[in-house]
Amino acid sequence: MLDLQILLIFMIIAALIAVKTKDLLSSVIAIGTVGLGLSLAFLILKAPDLAIAQLVVEILCIIILIRATIRRDLPFSASGRWIFNTMVTVIFIIVFLIIGYICIKDLPQFGEPIMRVAQNFLNNGLRQTGATNLVTAVILDYRAYDTLGEATILFTAVMGVLAIMRNIGRKK
Amino acid sequence: MIDDPKKGMTLIVKTITRLTVGLILLFGIYIVSHGHISPGGGFAGGVIVALSFIHIMLAFGKETTFKKVKESVASFFESIGAIIFITLAMLGIGGGYFFFNFLAKGEPFRLFSSGLIPLYNMAISLKVGAGLFIIFVTLILFRVSKKGEEE
Amino acid sequence: MSVYFLCLVLFSIGLYCILRKRNLIKIIIGIMITEYAVNLFFILTGYRMHGRAPIHSEDQAILNMVDPLPQALVLTAIVIGLAVTALIAAIAIRVYEKYGTFDITKIKRLKG
Repeated sequence: MLDLQILLIFMIIAALIAVKTKDLLSSVIAIGTVGLGLSLAFLILKAPDLAIAQLVVEILCIIILIRATIRRDLPFSASGRWIFNTMVTVIFIIVFLIIGYICIKDLPQFGEPIMRVAQNFLNNGLRQTGATNLVTAVILDYRAYDTLGEATILFTAVMGVLAIMRNIGRKK
Repeated sequence: MIDDPKKGMTLIVKTITRLTVGLILLFGIYIVSHGHISPGGGFAGGVIVALSFIHIMLAFGKETTFKKVKESVASFFESIGAIIFITLAMLGIGGGYFFFNFLAKGEPFRLFSSGLIPLYNMAISLKVGAGLFIIFVTLILFRVSKKGEEE
Repeated sequence: MSVYFLCLVLFSIGLYCILRKRNLIKIIIGIMITEYAVNLFFILTGYRMHGRAPIHSEDQAILNMVDPLPQALVLTAIVIGLAVTALIAAIAIRVYEKYGTFDITKIKRLKG
């Protein structure tokens, strides 16, 4: 999977640029690049539903973030105890990566999944639901209760945004 | 649409928006309605429908948009989408269990196949599209007041 | 297996950004990077070598499909990530209107 590894290295470089630059608009554009790279990675991993959804959701997130950051740059200076904080964080992340590497060795080999539940869905999906898109059959027939939970989350997000941005400055 | 040169973006953006925003809406409806045959489904299609209305709002400014689409209409559609989803799920209790798929299965690769799944997709797309449009309108219309003035 | 490790490196970049940055918008960007890494990790566990997309076709019977179950879960997770980002951006705008800055070390006055 050489193309997948090159794409992941590109995403890591773009994420480093998004973290390190001081201009807010440049970092929002860099995170847009990470999202588009993720959509390409979903296409390489044979998941077309997710590629469409990730692309359009990424565009909407960039529009919302640009609205929040435009004309609002502030220069920052490093406060005291900066070296100590950075050293502790870097040591923590190195320990996390070492433990993560030890745990990854126990996963099944990349490319040979254990599909105990999904084999049942693949064999009987077309006959029991009549839908040829098996991902839609899973989210709307075999696991429709999770879709109800997701609709509730979207509703709660809309109510939360309306409750936060009430009162002053609404349109007359 | 009203062509006020002071509001919204330049003339090139307005002309292209007039030509393409109907096609974006039609493409979103296509992805929603063919959710059980080809990749797509209710969520991605709903976001595309919301993006077509956001496109009108970004290109023409907010006064012109609110003459075409009011906020109360968007709130009404979001509630209708949720009510249709719950009602179709409750109707399955009579047949067996919650979310039971009781309509005819049909033959594969047709538009009217696989029971309730196309109706679920349309209800989800109404809810997602209207909800995301309301979020965007609320974040844009927040006007800056002077710091320190409350309530 | 090196693909899993690169995904973990992306997750740790997001984690560093959440822990060490003082600007609220940078923290939002760190949360988004973490969420992309976790979604990618789910799909990586369900991939089959030389597999096909989980969609039936009209003229041939497909035998080796990739796993559709993580794809259904991640489809929900992508939309949940959008809801979280919209909510936290609304909080950021409101904080800026009240305090005049995005710096988290200066947002300390908890009024009732």
